[in-house]
Amino acid sequence: MSFISRGFKGRGRREGAAGRLPPGQYLEHGFPVLSAGPTPHTPLDRWDFTMVGQVDQVRRWTWDEFLALPAETITRDIHCVTKWSKLDSTWTGVSVDTLLDGVETSADYVLAFCDGGYTTNLPLEDVTGGKAWIAYAYEGQPLAPAHGGPARLLVPHLYFWKSAKWVRGLELLAADQPGFWESLGYHNRGDPWREQRYWGDE
Amino acid sequence: MDAEALRLDGNAAAGLLDQIFASEVTTVRGTCAGCGRTSSIGALLLYGGAMGAVLRCPGCEAVVLRAAAIRGRYLLDLRGAAHLELRDGA
Amino acid sequence: MGAVPSRLSWRVATVRAVQPETQRVLSLVLDVPGWDGHQPGQHIDVRLTAADGYQAQRSYSISSAPEDPAITITVERLDDGEVSPYLADVLRPGDGLELRGPIGGWFTWTTQDGGPLLLVAGGSGLAPLMAMLRHRAARRSTVPVRLLYSSRGFDDIIYRAELDRLVSHDPDLAVVHTLTRSQPPGWTGYARRIDGAMLAAVAWAPEARPLAMVCGPTPMVEAVADALVALGHDPGRIRTERFGPTGG
Repeated sequence: MSFISRGFKGRGRREGAAGRLPPGQYLEHGFPVLSAGPTPHTPLDRWDFTMVGQVDQVRRWTWDEFLALPAETITRDIHCVTKWSKLDSTWTGVSVDTLLDGVETSADYVLAFCDGGYTTNLPLEDVTGGKAWIAYAYEGQPLAPAHGGPARLLVPHLYFWKSAKWVRGLELLAADQPGFWESLGYHNRGDPWREQRYWGDE
Repeated sequence: MDAEALRLDGNAAAGLLDQIFASEVTTVRGTCAGCGRTSSIGALLLYGGAMGAVLRCPGCEAVVLRAAAIRGRYLLDLRGAAHLELRDGA
Repeated sequence: MGAVPSRLSWRVATVRAVQPETQRVLSLVLDVPGWDGHQPGQHIDVRLTAADGYQAQRSYSISSAPEDPAITITVERLDDGEVSPYLADVLRPGDGLELRGPIGGWFTWTTQDGGPLLLVAGGSGLAPLMAMLRHRAARRSTVPVRLLYSSRGFDDIIYRAELDRLVSHDPDLAVVHTLTRSQPPGWTGYARRIDGAMLAAVAWAPEARPLAMVCGPTPMVEAVADALVALGHDPGRIRTERFGPTGG
């Protein structure tokens, strides 16, 4: 494969982002939408968030209860495995630490589950210690359905498919269980700085 | 923008699927394991964008077939298909 | 045709011509070495590669007939796109362009498939349907065809002169335009988005069992397909090709 398209540079790319773009990523100023299925439209009065699996007892929050939890507003760079990165995106939501507060578990893994059936798996230590949130606002506005609203998981230090849209809960697991993309060739952990895109990447 | 505005026809995944099936693939008929509806691959609903092909049943929206190209490897997940029917000379 | 196709492989075509069609749309005429022909409605994948290895890939419908010696793709230039501005602004005759195809056997029509044939297009969604019309004309087929074509304005109608010419001496072909955003003075045609009433007036009755081929932006295609089913048309006789907004 040696053909080069004369005069083609690709858009955006790496300008003005020194040190903030992981290997292989380019800078994106928009907010591309990528989805494995149709956009669910779950009414808020039927929405809940649950913590299930290896827990001493199931935790459940309604939408109103969820909004009443202590919220945090954070600004982070996000990195999609399809190679775009977006800098300084601002989110508001509830830290997973807050949701796990008081939960007794022997689990080492979580599987996020969502409206529409999407799943993604993470080690528990990747969603605790101030590294993950259930976000319901983006740039000060309610999170749009196209971007995962009413609420999505936000794990900005991993590739963005881990930040599951339309999330409805976390299942705590003793054994790791590959999620939707992780079972179709995508890396089990997905650290963009180590460029862990696919199966077999170190 | 809703994801529905982004979805395409299964036909648009033919470039990827032709890498897996040596014969014309969009006219292969697949039966949804969820609801039993039979559709040509080309008439399934395609999601997944640049990550891979997620082909859903136009009847019940369940995933019938998934495929991805991963660094020179091709992965195909047919758990959502009760069966596929390929015909000679298609 | 007939033989088992080989695996798709990338090859480098040569740009023979870049032809503006409207302010936003152009045709690329390509010489493809070893091209074995295609079926009307099929598409190709185009891949651009930067010097540093970065790649971007898009699909484009073939708008030329299989009977034409070169293949033509029709490209809408999207201002915020990545690939189409390159094809429109940078590519010149003599340049190489990497592609693979032809691809897709679902959204195709040849004269052997018969009719009556209802074609419904939105914007650059005309491209694969144009391949069908050109193929039908090249074969001097008398299969009855009606094209309902939605454009933003009069000057956005792609292949307008060619469509007029095809219709002028073909009693079995009808072309109906609708202009959704602006209409020239004296316009007496449709001036709204395609809807059920328009389809009921333009399409054959469901009893005639027309084969419908619908191509355009995703929301338009879904609205047309839903309206045809609501009018009583057999879903099995409706084929769709959605153009995603992420094209670019």
